[in-house]
Amino acid sequence: MNPTHVKKFKFTAAHICLIIASLFFLVPFIWMVSTSLKPIEQVFTFPPEWIPKPFEWENYSKAVEYVPFWKYLFNTSVITILSTMGVVLTCPLVAYSFAKLKWKGRNVLFAVTLAVMMIPAQVTMIPLFLLFNKLGWVGTSLPLIIPQFFGVPFYIFLLRQFFMGLPDSLREAAKMDGASELRVYWQIMLPLAKPAILAVGLFQLMASWTDFLGPLLYLTNEDSYTLSLALQQFQNKQGSEWSLMMAVSTLMTLPIIVLFFFLQKTFIKGITFSGIKG
Amino acid sequence: MGQEAVNKVDTSPRTTGKHKQPKPIKHKKPKTITLNNGRTGWFFASPWIIGLFMFYILPLVASIYFSFTSYSILQPGEFIGFQNYKELIHDELFLKSIYNTVYFAVFFVPLSIISGVALAMMLNMKIKGMTIYRTIFFLPTLVPHVAIAVLWMWLLNPGFGLVNGFLDMIGIKGPAWLGSEEWAKPSLIFMSLWGIGQAVVIYLAGLGDISDEYYEAAEVDGASWFQKTFHITLPLLTPVIFFNLVMGVIGAFQQFTLPYTLTQGQGKPANSLTFYVMYLYDNGFKYFKMGYASAMAWILFVVIMILTILIFWSSKRWVHYQGK
Repeated sequence: MNPTHVKKFKFTAAHICLIIASLFFLVPFIWMVSTSLKPIEQVFTFPPEWIPKPFEWENYSKAVEYVPFWKYLFNTSVITILSTMGVVLTCPLVAYSFAKLKWKGRNVLFAVTLAVMMIPAQVTMIPLFLLFNKLGWVGTSLPLIIPQFFGVPFYIFLLRQFFMGLPDSLREAAKMDGASELRVYWQIMLPLAKPAILAVGLFQLMASWTDFLGPLLYLTNEDSYTLSLALQQFQNKQGSEWSLMMAVSTLMTLPIIVLFFFLQKTFIKGITFSGIKG
Repeated sequence: MGQEAVNKVDTSPRTTGKHKQPKPIKHKKPKTITLNNGRTGWFFASPWIIGLFMFYILPLVASIYFSFTSYSILQPGEFIGFQNYKELIHDELFLKSIYNTVYFAVFFVPLSIISGVALAMMLNMKIKGMTIYRTIFFLPTLVPHVAIAVLWMWLLNPGFGLVNGFLDMIGIKGPAWLGSEEWAKPSLIFMSLWGIGQAVVIYLAGLGDISDEYYEAAEVDGASWFQKTFHITLPLLTPVIFFNLVMGVIGAFQQFTLPYTLTQGQGKPANSLTFYVMYLYDNGFKYFKMGYASAMAWILFVVIMILTILIFWSSKRWVHYQGK
């Protein structure tokens, strides 16, 4: 009897600890959604109230008009989709070359790639800005998209580690049958690397969707703002429209959460992979 | 005799040749593959070779040069030697931004490691409903930084915020949080801790990698929970802690979006939230002192490098790898 009692005690104690800790992580969320649905009078009540009375769904339609939400959503989506495409197109190809093909200078170049990962973005930020300025790209979203088509060192590194883990025999067998290197890559290696590519794509997707410094530097024209930038500017102007700001924040977070619930395993695997192998 | 000898010489390689027929071909094949690879390898890597030079190496070199000039986007600028670096030492806001950044790193990094490991150990227990808990802890990492800033400004609002509302309930008068010089940085640390879910996921993976055998052996020896934690779990988790420490330090020194959004780029009150990269951004893109900002960037780079090397060097003493 005694051991089961101890077990039961431990079980409840663990749940209590976990629930208290979860509150810290969950309550801000609930508060965000709750505020986004409150009528103005109820926002400024003290002590705070939890349940909106009545539910002010109009806040969302107001918020969407206040910040030209659809326009900014479109801008953000274009940047996110194109830069993710760039990453998914280039990084596996380069990583495959580093992992499976033999060529002169490969190891040196890979070492340089690793070293480059150490450079803080702030160091290259100013010369890059000047470069894009010369090209006439400042004010457009090109600086946030084009570099991704030329590879990102961290993703190349992750994917290279993944390709290293795939057996050579498949590649050799296909080569014996006379397949070209490009076909081997496209038809055999790429499908095998799908989970890793998906993880890398997700990383880039999240990075582009939430990026702030990039848009702040390059999107000088209000028409080309992303959601991050728009929310920050909105908060600048409308210091006290809390319910509308919470509505925009909720709308901005929602797509990521939906994506997370669909691709939970990929998210977690990607993070642990980068953590353990990194 | 002669013919026979010739015959013998002739046939013996043939038979062995037939036997080992795949071998000579195999010898040949890799050669052609390597030859071919030389070109295709470069070809496959070529986007990155261009990208590496265009977006990394050239800007890096240019940035060293700029740091020794008075370059700005408005005027060409001249070579001024170490002038930028000398000026920085006497720049009070520069020193203040270093203080703020170090303050944040010194408190946030250890706190995030301790709470991250503790959370991961709780989440590693074999209890029903664990996936739900894990999801809850991970959710905040999905919120964009700008939204985190806006949300926490509201939570920490001195008059109507939830945090002070809660403190009021238990009879404590809450501080002005982001509005007060004293509490602004602790507030930032607090809200940064809200997003440690990613580190927790990495710790969880590390915990999962620790072999059960260690615990079984300890159980046989009658070890307590405390002993198991401090003699098995934590030592074997050190490689993961090491990784998160390095990433945490690098991230802490590059803090930008949260304080920038919280203060509309002003670092208020009284510059208590002016972080290093914020001041760097101001110099480069608000005052267009791009040479000056480049010098700041290089100091940051060197400091991060030194810290990383120090952590790597110290790791020999405290990082234990399984099976060693």
